[in-house]
Amino acid sequence: MSASDRTGLRADVRPEGCPTDLPVLLPFALAEGHPPARLRPVHGWLLCGVAVVTFPAWAQGAAVAPSPLDVVIKWAPLLLTGFAFNVAISLMAMAIGTFAGIGLGLAMLAEGVVLRRIAWSITQVFRNVPWLVLLFFVMFLVPFQVTVFGLRVPLPDWVKATFGFSLPVMANVAEIVRGAVRSVPNTQWEAAESLAFTRRQTLWRIILPQCAKRMLPPWMNVYALIAMATVQASIVGVTEMLTLTAQVHAAEGGRPELFAPLYGFAMLCFFLYCYPIDRLTAVLERRFETR
Amino acid sequence: MIEAVQAWFQRLYETTGFNFTIFYDPYDWDRYVAGLRMTLLLGISTILISLVIGAVGALLQSGPSRLLRGIVNGFVVVFRNTPPLVQIFFFYFGLGTLLPDVRSADGLRAPILDNVQWAIVSLALFAGAFNVEIFRSGIEAVPKTTVEAAEALGYTRFKAYRHVVLPLALRVCLPALNNNLINLLKTTTLAYAIAVPETLYAVKQIWSESQNVLEMMLVLLATYAVLVGVLVWIMHRWERALRIPGYGR
Repeated sequence: MSASDRTGLRADVRPEGCPTDLPVLLPFALAEGHPPARLRPVHGWLLCGVAVVTFPAWAQGAAVAPSPLDVVIKWAPLLLTGFAFNVAISLMAMAIGTFAGIGLGLAMLAEGVVLRRIAWSITQVFRNVPWLVLLFFVMFLVPFQVTVFGLRVPLPDWVKATFGFSLPVMANVAEIVRGAVRSVPNTQWEAAESLAFTRRQTLWRIILPQCAKRMLPPWMNVYALIAMATVQASIVGVTEMLTLTAQVHAAEGGRPELFAPLYGFAMLCFFLYCYPIDRLTAVLERRFETR
Repeated sequence: MIEAVQAWFQRLYETTGFNFTIFYDPYDWDRYVAGLRMTLLLGISTILISLVIGAVGALLQSGPSRLLRGIVNGFVVVFRNTPPLVQIFFFYFGLGTLLPDVRSADGLRAPILDNVQWAIVSLALFAGAFNVEIFRSGIEAVPKTTVEAAEALGYTRFKAYRHVVLPLALRVCLPALNNNLINLLKTTTLAYAIAVPETLYAVKQIWSESQNVLEMMLVLLATYAVLVGVLVWIMHRWERALRIPGYGR
């Protein structure tokens, strides 16, 4: 690196007839900054292209057994069905968790001290316990069928898992609601009060509409987290993508070199699903930035 | 004292049916403590390694080399957007079987890294990716003029980063860092999936042998509540100790 680089001055912009080589006497020019590197869809396609080109070449050595890429392509429909199931679980858990979470969040803002305390402790417990532990909790302690009005309703594993995932969602959404309501300036409450709005009216017609925008990015963040957490259901015996991946691996003879491509495929699916959500969250965050 | 506690829980079982085996059966107690110790080992080692990964990653991300920045960005993006459980499986099953074996002392073939080490590696990388982003946001919050002042005093880029930027950035991003480290402590339960004998694993063994699912579930919830509580307390102490009056809010 030359001296002129370091001082941010460039010798080539020296004006005509300027006889000096001293950097201090040269006019000031900003050193070129580095644009931040970002992964673009193009990079993803390039990576896929590289994988497509290199996988068969790599597998040439073992001519007898089908190549890892062939295996992945052969089983892709089954694995993608499993992935769709993961997405379905995450969507349902998010729907249940959001409704319960909004209720819990509003309870944390209630005027009654007892209600507030109870809601606060519920939120803290469900936020601070590992999701996998909550999942175990629901899987083992909720019966496999319930009787409602003499009608026996079976609860299959995946329903219980969905319920298990909606518990942490509930606690996180409750915190988001509370944080968003707290971030609305006090003057809004006072203005509403002076216009003779009741507390409930103020909350529903003035405060919450303002909060919706602020709550969207963190809410989407929670969704991305829960979508990635659904694979944990395989640990408690729900047949979803990861379970199917292990079964496919066994069906292909349990060759150890198949592990990496198969789990890599699972990673790719989740990446392609979660990365756009992540980018969108960042964009919305920037757009909704107040102040 | 210990006998009294054991007798009390024994009586609790006989009178009410609440069977907290770990409090009167030394065998179950030992297993529980071993699990707790493993969770602490996982938690502490991954927290430390992920902090180093975060600091180094953030340094490289603001560095001059385009290639290194691209690599760090790719690492962050991939590890943030894939499920940690799949990462653990990918590392332990995928990479673990591809690596060559070594011969252990008694001549048996053993993998280079065992399941505990793979769990530490993959969890640290997972949390490290989040830490890179967190440290970067902290570094961006350090005023440019501060860096320029350091440069004017003759600091090199690395020295300025170590002595000026990082200490300030750390204070800015501590709340976010708190969150991520707590999350990491909770994520250590995923090591259960590759049979690392941590708390969840030990407790599950106990409840499947002693048939006391509900009681052990309560113990498990209480254990993690206490662990997370202790970590939160430590981080808040640290936050207060690091506070510079007049800097930040």
